[in-house]
Amino acid sequence: MKDQHVGTDVAAQGGGDLPDRFANPGVPAHRFRTTDTDQRAAKRAERQVAALFALSAAGSLLFIVSYFAFPLDETFASVERSTWTLGLGLGLAILALGLGVVHWGRTLMPDHEQVEERHDIRGTDEDRAAAAAILQDGFEESGIGRRSLIRNSLIGAGALLPVPAVLALGDLGPRPGDALSTTLWAEGVRLTRDPDEQPIRAEDVTIGSVFHVIPEGLNESDHPLEEKAKAAVLLIRLEPGEVEDDPERDGWDVDGIYAYSKICTHVGCPVALYEQRTHHLLCPCHQSTFDVTQHCRVIFGPAVRPLPQLPITVDEEGYLVASSGFPEAPGPSFWERG
Amino acid sequence: MTTSTTTPTSNSIFGGKAVNYVDDRVGTSKIVRSFARKIFPDHWSFMLGEMALYTFVILLITGTFLTLWYQPSMALTTYEGSYAPLFGQQMSHAYSSTLDISFDIRGGLLMRQVHHWAALLFVAAIVAHMARVFITGAFRKPREMNWVFGAVLAILALAAGFTGYSLPDDLLSGNGLRIIQGVLLAIPVVGSYLSFFLFGGEFPGEVIIPRLFIAHVLLIPAALLATIAVHLALVVLHKHTQFPGAGRTNTNVVGYPVYPVYAAKAGGFFFVVFGIVVLISAFVTINPIWNYGPYDPSPISAGTQPDWYIWFVDGALRLWPGWIGVPGMDGGGIPTEFTFLGVTLSLNIILPGMVLPGLMIGALFAYPFVEQWVTGDTREHHILDRPRNAPTRTGFGVAALVFYLTISLAATNDIIATHFDLSINDLTYVFRTTAIFGPPLAFWITKRVCMGLQRRDRDLALHGRESGRIVRTADGEYFEVHEPLAPAERWALVQQEEIRPLELDPSVKHSPVEKVRARLSSWFFEDRITPVTPHELEAAHHEGGQEGEAISDHESRSAITGSGTQEPAGQQ
Amino acid sequence: MATVVIMLIALVVVGGAYSALAPSRAEASTTSAEDVTAGRDLFLANCSNCHGLQAEGTQNGPTLIGVGAASVDFQVGTGRMPLQANSVQAPQRTVDYSEEEISQMAAYVASLAPGPAIPAEEYTSTVDDPERISKGNELFRTNCAMCHNVVGAGGALTRGKWAPEVQDTTGKHIYEALLTGPSNMPVFNDANISPEEKQDIISYLHNVNENESPGGVELGSIGPVTEGAFAWIAGITLLIASAVWLTSRSS
Repeated sequence: MKDQHVGTDVAAQGGGDLPDRFANPGVPAHRFRTTDTDQRAAKRAERQVAALFALSAAGSLLFIVSYFAFPLDETFASVERSTWTLGLGLGLAILALGLGVVHWGRTLMPDHEQVEERHDIRGTDEDRAAAAAILQDGFEESGIGRRSLIRNSLIGAGALLPVPAVLALGDLGPRPGDALSTTLWAEGVRLTRDPDEQPIRAEDVTIGSVFHVIPEGLNESDHPLEEKAKAAVLLIRLEPGEVEDDPERDGWDVDGIYAYSKICTHVGCPVALYEQRTHHLLCPCHQSTFDVTQHCRVIFGPAVRPLPQLPITVDEEGYLVASSGFPEAPGPSFWERG
Repeated sequence: MTTSTTTPTSNSIFGGKAVNYVDDRVGTSKIVRSFARKIFPDHWSFMLGEMALYTFVILLITGTFLTLWYQPSMALTTYEGSYAPLFGQQMSHAYSSTLDISFDIRGGLLMRQVHHWAALLFVAAIVAHMARVFITGAFRKPREMNWVFGAVLAILALAAGFTGYSLPDDLLSGNGLRIIQGVLLAIPVVGSYLSFFLFGGEFPGEVIIPRLFIAHVLLIPAALLATIAVHLALVVLHKHTQFPGAGRTNTNVVGYPVYPVYAAKAGGFFFVVFGIVVLISAFVTINPIWNYGPYDPSPISAGTQPDWYIWFVDGALRLWPGWIGVPGMDGGGIPTEFTFLGVTLSLNIILPGMVLPGLMIGALFAYPFVEQWVTGDTREHHILDRPRNAPTRTGFGVAALVFYLTISLAATNDIIATHFDLSINDLTYVFRTTAIFGPPLAFWITKRVCMGLQRRDRDLALHGRESGRIVRTADGEYFEVHEPLAPAERWALVQQEEIRPLELDPSVKHSPVEKVRARLSSWFFEDRITPVTPHELEAAHHEGGQEGEAISDHESRSAITGSGTQEPAGQQ
Repeated sequence: MATVVIMLIALVVVGGAYSALAPSRAEASTTSAEDVTAGRDLFLANCSNCHGLQAEGTQNGPTLIGVGAASVDFQVGTGRMPLQANSVQAPQRTVDYSEEEISQMAAYVASLAPGPAIPAEEYTSTVDDPERISKGNELFRTNCAMCHNVVGAGGALTRGKWAPEVQDTTGKHIYEALLTGPSNMPVFNDANISPEEKQDIISYLHNVNENESPGGVELGSIGPVTEGAFAWIAGITLLIASAVWLTSRSS
């Protein structure tokens, strides 16, 4: 090899008149596999393929036996056992079959590389001319070019026809109206525990507590989940003086107990993580962080608007109630929110 | 037309009466003649598309199984099945029937797991396949349209996955739906209308699950099947591309015939893929919906992520800052949501949630056409580019991948934080920086690596392989003997085409568009390294000074440092 | 005389009825004065540097007056205290003290001011009642999963803090954490989550974590992240490996 420092394709020219680029040396000579030349190797490969097929059969049998031997009896353990035995059986049955067929193809089927010429994808110039002529003739025969009355009325009809198709979907859903801005919260509605609607007394909410709250009557409403997606609230108590003063929110809290909407103003996940010492509320979806001491202003993450506060007070029996609905629409932003 | 009753029946069954019966009516013999011995080239990376196809078939089979028990209804029921921690709780029929499949139907949990693992692998195979097609330039003429159909398939696969994992109506996927609804709401003017139309009213409503169901089992699979049919038909029509190698030219295909070899290998591969997916599903849990509980808008789990292929949307939503302020300062600064004239424009949601994915998908669709416009190369290409021989394209591909990976991993930031004791806030800052500066850096590094590899190829072609034998000359000089490459080996290193950038005729006036095109073209092809020619090879041998002998080590050193005759003058 | 006897009987009846019918406080048995003294000695030796000689707090550690025996039992019993190094959150470590020492320190802190007491075992043991486990599942999902994950695998908070995994935590420590709100965990007093409900939560956590998932290996129970990683790292790799084998030439 080292004596031939130039390839045969170059040496042929005798060193004087070299081509600009190397020529393709052609498909290399076929190398035979041991299974091609050695009968015993071929037989061995055959046995290997057969063994794989036998393994596949064994897998199917395992599945069949397990299906009846391991019924489900309402315990985790029975489901686990059934799953892995059926899975092992089925998986082996399928995999071994595939491995067998592939091994057969690799070792025993002929592996001579063959060459096939590509055909032109495009039509010949003659094809193109003939096709163009056919299309042109047909166009003229149809008369649509000449008969503008037909053409224009067809365009008119065709333009209108899709409209019924789209309009047929008109009742997919109602118009939003002011649904996104109205919640079950109103003056006098009690704050109750999520999900069993137990009312909450002011003195139950101790410093450092967080209560997950829904309005009383939610579970009996027509659309409980839809109402909850707007009305879910967090009740948090902080030390007096920890929350910064905001004269517009005077009287919205009860002795340091604050109620804020739980629905993130980004895209609507529940902002449920309350960090007791830092007074931060974290939304787990996209990590928007709200600072309760600054009336839930956004201090990190993709949200922009603070969580709306629900003004609360105490009723005659000492239970926490809303003093009004939310001052603005809770939850994610939308165009007409204003 | 001609009813020949005198066809001789041969001894083999393939020439027998049954086969002739069919051929009389369908003409199968013509199909067999033209198709059964078609040649397909062989390379492992060509099987990525097959992996996608086979996982899709697995999804169809296991999906049909699941539809026999799954109830696509949001009507409420009280659970009384075998999973004790949920006993007596209110949930939708969709969720409860999924629990029943998991716990009360033999093989049910297995089939659910096969279905979901196959779905993850379906999209993964598509991404791997697209990456392979991209960096080998297989999207060039005549396959641009097939690339477009492939991109359509990728999007349909994402839609199939999203609609599918939302069907059990569990807490995890339900929160995913809520996020999508939130993004819809943010669309200007029509957002709330779109949301109410899609959900049949307020979120969550009672119709979204049945609607997603019909999308998932009928509309999207039908679209997928039709597009797959076109995609495969084009592959057969164009014939598959092939890697450069001895004997392979732009006008032939070298490989094996469909029948029997390819049918055996490809058919066997289907069972191999299926078997691997089933075995994984037998032993590794996926989507344990019983842990999540039924969907309710109030609770949520720590670590709420969609399936991996939607991470790029979720990650972009996480990374976007709601308030653009001084780095390190919490809050304050410029908001990215504006209220004016009674309306709210939520750029903080629209930009990362709709515009960015739109741009990424648009770039995907447009790339073949943009590259063709820039390079001016309108020839047919059936020989693939080795990635190193197209450094700019490969650089783009890697940069795009780095961007995609960065924003995808951003969706897992809270999991990364808990497992590596990091802060989610710091991680967000790191991901933001990487998303912006990572891709250009990756582009530059990739280009340099490609060029380094090309230089190494030149060196190998010119000087052969180090043989490990050291020779000492009479003067006391030591050098290592190199073994020149055989022509077949050398061919792959020297066969790439010399493409020159577009050049404008200086005598004619050109429009600004043409000028931009020419500038982009020369940038696309800058730093190219020309392949070794026979002249150079001969020159390299002669400079060695020892005809018919080995090349000196000194010689190959100069080749590596780039000085000397390696890059012909004028090819900057 | 008869009046006195009747009044005595009435007192005994009322008093006895009260003891029998009133809700028992979910507290463990009381401790002795020696425990308090021993606890004080331990406190002065190990805790007063940061918490002050009278447990009134310093700039390095908060006051312990009023935190109750439950806090001490939790913090020291899970190894979070004494704090080894200043960090954003006290991690769970090896426990440095014996049961007896912990109860003595707890007794001392409890003696400083009224505070949450160590819960009675009848409320911290797991119950096998499916109805209560289901209730615990509901309560956990509403109140706890957002920080600790649906099965207690843990989760991230802001600025490097975290909610720890609670899959191996004892019932007593779970109860105490709920009651005292350690670190950044909120307080879940008995009016928010009653003692029975706390036990429901304990029972749910125990139930869901004692069994292997029926689907097989759980990959950490954190959902799509590990599942997606596994699909790429194991799944695609296996598939590519089989493709490489399939297209290679047989020797």
